[in-house]
Amino acid sequence: MTTQVVDGTAAGTDPRGRARQPRRRQGRAGRFLTRHWYAWAMCAPVVIVAIVLIGYPLVRGVYLSLTDATEANMGRTIGMNVIPSTYEFVGLGNYVDIVTSAEFLSRLGWTVVWTVVCVALHYGLGLGLAMLLNRPLRFRSLYRMMLVLPWAVPAFVSAFIWRYLLNGEFGVINALLRTVGLPGVDWLDQPLWAKVSVITVNVWLGVPFMMLALLGGLQAIPRELYEAAEVDGASPWQRFRHITVPGLRPVSSTVVLLGTIWTFNQFPVIYLVTKGGPGGSSEILVTYAYRQAFEGIRNYSGSAAWGVLILVLLVAMAVVYRRALSRQGEAW
Amino acid sequence: MVSAATTTGHAAGRRAAKPSKGRFSRRPAASLALHVTLIVASLCAVFPVAWLVLTSLKPRNAWQSSTVQLFVEPSLANYAQVLGDTAFPRWLANSLLVAALTTVLGVSIAASTGYAVSRFRFPGHGSVMWMLLITQMFPVAILIVPIYNLMAGLGLINQFPGLVIAYLTSAVPFCAWMMKGYFDTVPKEIDEAGRVDGLSPFGTFWRLILPLSKPGLAVAAFYSFITAWAEVAYATAFMTGDDKYTLAVGLAQFVGQHKAEWGLLTASSVLIAVPAAVVFLLVQRHLVTGLTAGATKS
Repeated sequence: MTTQVVDGTAAGTDPRGRARQPRRRQGRAGRFLTRHWYAWAMCAPVVIVAIVLIGYPLVRGVYLSLTDATEANMGRTIGMNVIPSTYEFVGLGNYVDIVTSAEFLSRLGWTVVWTVVCVALHYGLGLGLAMLLNRPLRFRSLYRMMLVLPWAVPAFVSAFIWRYLLNGEFGVINALLRTVGLPGVDWLDQPLWAKVSVITVNVWLGVPFMMLALLGGLQAIPRELYEAAEVDGASPWQRFRHITVPGLRPVSSTVVLLGTIWTFNQFPVIYLVTKGGPGGSSEILVTYAYRQAFEGIRNYSGSAAWGVLILVLLVAMAVVYRRALSRQGEAW
Repeated sequence: MVSAATTTGHAAGRRAAKPSKGRFSRRPAASLALHVTLIVASLCAVFPVAWLVLTSLKPRNAWQSSTVQLFVEPSLANYAQVLGDTAFPRWLANSLLVAALTTVLGVSIAASTGYAVSRFRFPGHGSVMWMLLITQMFPVAILIVPIYNLMAGLGLINQFPGLVIAYLTSAVPFCAWMMKGYFDTVPKEIDEAGRVDGLSPFGTFWRLILPLSKPGLAVAAFYSFITAWAEVAYATAFMTGDDKYTLAVGLAQFVGQHKAEWGLLTASSVLIAVPAAVVFLLVQRHLVTGLTAGATKS
C-alpha cells in the first residue's frame, strides 16, 4: 500500500476533501478557481454519464416502484401502433406488499445467511491460505498460481462447470461418493443441498481474491515487529492477535465490504447453477427481483421495488459498517 | 506495538527482507502439515477446472457415465464440433465486440475523472467519491428494468449498442475507481515538475501521467473487459435473438431444458477460459492492488 505513503506526504490527508490552500504560493482566488475549473472539467464525462445512464434510470426505477406497471399496461410500439402506458401511481403499495409478504422474509433470511456464510468462509479460508503462503516455502509460486485459478476462470464458466460436477446422475462428485460406498446426493434438487451447493460454488470462486488481497496485506507488515515480539516472548497466538490482526485491518475492512456487496448481489452463481431452484428455495433477493421482471408476466413495478429495497439494505449496511470502523478509529 | 503495526502497515516498500532463519528450519512435521494443507487446497482449486478440460476431450456423449474415468478416447472432436457446427464463433465475436466497446468507452470516459479525484481537492470531491462507491453497490435489479424500458423505447433491445450502454453503467464508475487507485501511486512530484514547466493540469495529465499509468490503465481495461465478457443478467434479458447472443447467454443454450450437450459446453468453456485465465494470471497482482488501494483511501 505505497499509495498511503505517497498521499500522506504529498496530497495531504484531508479525508473529506474540503478545498484547501495549495502548498505552493498561489493561493489567490483566481488560481483557486482555475484549479477547480480543471477538476470539474475532468470529472464532467463521468458525472454526465452517471446522470444520464445511472441517475435517470434510477429515478425512473424508483418512480416505477411506486406504480403498478407490468408488461401488460406498459406503453409500447407494435408495428405502426403506439399503445400508451396505462399504469397508475399506487404510492408505497408495492413496498407494503413486499415487506408484509412471507416471501420477502424468507428471501431476505436466506440472502443474509448466504452472504454471511460466504463472506465468513471467503475471509477465513483466504486468511488461512494467505498466512500459509506468507511463509518461506518451496513451490510457493506454484501453489499460489493454482490457488488463484478459480478467480481466473470467468464466473459463468465456473457456474457451468459446477453444475456438471454436481449433476445428480452423472456428476463426478456423486461418482466419487459412490466409489467410496456412500450414496449420491441430489445436490441441485433438494432445497438444503441446493443451498449448500451454491455456497460451495461461491466460496470456491471467492477465496482467491481474499487470499491475494490478504497476502498483500500480510507482506506489508514489517518483519521487525514479529522479530521483536518473538524476542519479548510472545506466543504465536499473541503475535497473530496483536500484530497480524491490527496490521491487516485496513485491507480487511475493504475486502470484507467489497466481498459483502459482491456476494449480496451475486447473480450468475445462483442463476446459472440452480436457477434459484428447487422451487425458489435458493433464490436470493437479486435473482428473485430479476425473475419478477423478466419471467412470466413481467412485473416491472414489483421488480423495481425489490431493487430499491436491495439498494437501501446495502447502503444502510455500508453506512453502519463505516460508522463501526470509524468508532474503532479507522478512517476508511 | 499495536499502534506501530497499524501505522506502518501500509508501507509495502519498507517490507523487511526474508527472515534470517534458514529455509528448512521448521520442524519436519510442521513442514509436512503445511505442504499437505496447501496441496489439498490446490487440488480443490484446480480439480473442477481440470475435470472440465478432461471432459472436453472425451467423446461427445461420454459425460453420461456414472463412473470416474480420467481419459476416454481423448480427441478434439468436441472442439471441432463447437467451432464448426454451432453458433459459438458468432457468440464469441459478439462477446468480443461488446466487451471491447465497453472497455474502450469506459476507460476513456473514466480516466480523467480518476486523475481529478486522485490529485485535486475540489468542492464536490466527496460527492464524486461517494457516487463512485455507491454505484458499485447497485444490484442488477434496480437499473435493469428502467434501462430495459428505455432501450425498448429507443429500439435498442437485441442491439449491441443497447447492451454496451447498459454495461457502461457499471464499467465507468468502476474504471474511475480503479484508476484513481493507480494514479495515487504515481508520485505527485511528477505533476509538480510538469506544472513548473508550464503545463496546464490537463496537459500534465495527458502528457505526463497518462503515459506513466499504462499498467494501471491496462488493469482497469482488463477488468472491465472481463466483467462485460462474463456478464449474465443484462445479456440474458436484452439479447433475444440467437445471432445476437453473447457467450454467457449462448452457452446456456447447450444445457437447456430439453437437451444437455455437456461435451460441447465443456469444449467451449475451455476455449473461453484459457485465454482469460492466462491474461488474468499475468495481471492479477496489479488487479488486487488496484481494487484494494482504490478502496482503502476514499
